[in-house]
Amino acid sequence: MAYNLKEVAKKPERLTGGHRMCAGCGAPIVVRQILKALKPEDHAVISSATGCLEVSTFIYPYTAWKDSFIHSAFENTGATISGAEAAYNVLKKKGKIQGETKFIAFGGDGGTYDIGFQALSGAMERGHDMVYVCYDNGAYMNTGIQRSSATPKYADTTTSPAGKKIPGKMQPRKDLTEIMSNHHIPYVAQTAPIGNMKDLYEKAEKAIYTPGPAFLNVLAPCPRGWRYNTPDLMELSKMAVETCFWPLYEVIDGKYIINYKPKEKVPVKEFLKLQGRFKHLFKAGNEYMLEEIQKEVDSRWERLLQLAGEA
Amino acid sequence: MGIRERLSGNEATAIAMKQINPDVVAAFPITPSTEIPQYFSSFVADGVVDTEFIAVESEHSAMSACIGAQAAGGRAMTATSANGLAYMWEALYIAASSRLPIVLAAVNRALSGPINIHNDHSDTMGARDSGWIQIYSENNQEAYDNMLMAHRIGEHPDVMLPVMVCQDGFITSHAIENIELVEDEKVKAFVGEYKPAQYLLDRENPISVGPLDLQMHYFEHKRQQAQAMANAKKVILEVAEEFYKLTGRKYGLFEEYKTDDADVAIVVMNSTAGTVKYVVDQYRAKGLKVGLIKPRVFRPFPVDELAEALSKFKAVAVLDKADSFNAAGGPLFTEITSALFTKGIFGPKVINYIFGLGGRDVKADDIQVAYDKLLEIASTGKVDSVYNYLGVRE
Repeated sequence: MAYNLKEVAKKPERLTGGHRMCAGCGAPIVVRQILKALKPEDHAVISSATGCLEVSTFIYPYTAWKDSFIHSAFENTGATISGAEAAYNVLKKKGKIQGETKFIAFGGDGGTYDIGFQALSGAMERGHDMVYVCYDNGAYMNTGIQRSSATPKYADTTTSPAGKKIPGKMQPRKDLTEIMSNHHIPYVAQTAPIGNMKDLYEKAEKAIYTPGPAFLNVLAPCPRGWRYNTPDLMELSKMAVETCFWPLYEVIDGKYIINYKPKEKVPVKEFLKLQGRFKHLFKAGNEYMLEEIQKEVDSRWERLLQLAGEA
Repeated sequence: MGIRERLSGNEATAIAMKQINPDVVAAFPITPSTEIPQYFSSFVADGVVDTEFIAVESEHSAMSACIGAQAAGGRAMTATSANGLAYMWEALYIAASSRLPIVLAAVNRALSGPINIHNDHSDTMGARDSGWIQIYSENNQEAYDNMLMAHRIGEHPDVMLPVMVCQDGFITSHAIENIELVEDEKVKAFVGEYKPAQYLLDRENPISVGPLDLQMHYFEHKRQQAQAMANAKKVILEVAEEFYKLTGRKYGLFEEYKTDDADVAIVVMNSTAGTVKYVVDQYRAKGLKVGLIKPRVFRPFPVDELAEALSKFKAVAVLDKADSFNAAGGPLFTEITSALFTKGIFGPKVINYIFGLGGRDVKADDIQVAYDKLLEIASTGKVDSVYNYLGVRE
């Protein structure tokens, strides 16, 4: 059935209001939309790494999760959910439980690219029927905006501050979507909350209902870390895609499909200038940084076109 | 009548796990416990158990997967040693505080560094405050029996805590001994079905596990956890009584060996107790009144019962197969002396020996050194050194 925003919006919320995520944060929007892709009759066991999402949605004695939810630690979400999935397989075989249960793990880029990388890799390689969703906001936001391996080059964070000698983070961003694609799992996709959320919804649906492991890397802007005005969330997501900083693509059984190709690629500085963390890039004398970032975005986009057989 | 067999401690543990037939086993290999998941995965491969075996990429993930599986409503088990247990550390505390009665076969090995594959108790002693019940085993039979009792203890509604069954690496894990196994059907009936009150896979009653728990509630939850550990003592004895009726093998919080009229006693856990029993018999033959107390349950610590049992001796040596590096004494020693003090028992003179670290062989001669010292203290009433090392070059 074709995507219909009105119909999707009618589906019940599975992450209820009243949680304590910031206004203008991408993460809860991403989570709500992904959970809407669940069939209403299906139950879900959801796991989250320690991070903003976890500490803002499940503060004892309140929970915002209408499905079953488990948090155990920062680095072990992939392993925790794989244990639940294994138990499901046995209990189902034994006839102790009925109906369909889906397994979805959420982690920020800290809990996914970095400290939780091993547990994620292990869970994907073992082939559990689960979806791992990274909501990537490009730094450790929960602890106060420290750099991660997902932080873009030259970004100003509290552990890669733009100082007098060192102009922010000095290393390029790790490409986790590619790394997950190289796990040769059935479904890998990169998406973002843009427009009417069609891309995000459809990828979530595929990820959840493709048997075996699936990985979604979802851009989730953070107003505190990126330093933008909260109403600009959707504009930022859109610009990330229009500049090809964050291409929308999927890898289905090894086949690359680019889901959106901007008619005219917007220069990356249009995305960067909306964010306080890149403010120093726009000072006189720092033009080389913008040029370098543009070059990197171009080369990564070219490579993606090649992988998709479109170059 | 049970089944007579000859098995190593690891084989006996794996067979106990086969008979328990848990829902999930998640494990990562580490010497000397590796054989347990090896044997178990062959049971899975041959279809003789219903278990999902998760060959995780680390011990941290092994414990994390057990947390997920047990919270989901399954029965989860794992096995590890030394650095593997250390790598699980964070998750051990989470398992206990989430009140998930996971069962772990701990095959004791010296903790790095330097790296060493042989036996001492530095691994599980380090986990002594993680909130896990800890049961220690002298030989293969005890390792097997304790495994069969573990779920009944941990899953009791008054307890709901994870259980660690400890045995000595190589000494019992790899040595083959005669053993009496319980019939499969009897084990099944004894262990029973796992029926958690709340679990993730209960779609009619979804739950959230592992909250952010702040100043308003964290302390109360910790208090409840402490109470569960206190409750475990009674449950351990009840389960042991039922096990006695099933097998004729008797277990308590600790074992007393020839202590009735003893003047002096050694306190030691796991396989060294076997060597000590041999020396006790030799000394008894010479008319010397020596005895042994072998703690089986270290968590919960049988503070009243041990203090009472030790009160009758003139001198006691606590043998610790782990050091605390506190310049004051090993973990078993400090807890025992604390127990005596708080119960107002000041009669026995108590000394400590750290021994056998990194698998240093413990011979009857070493035990004799300890008993000779105790007999000297008993006759003179004088203690020249409290915190000592046994069998080390200095």
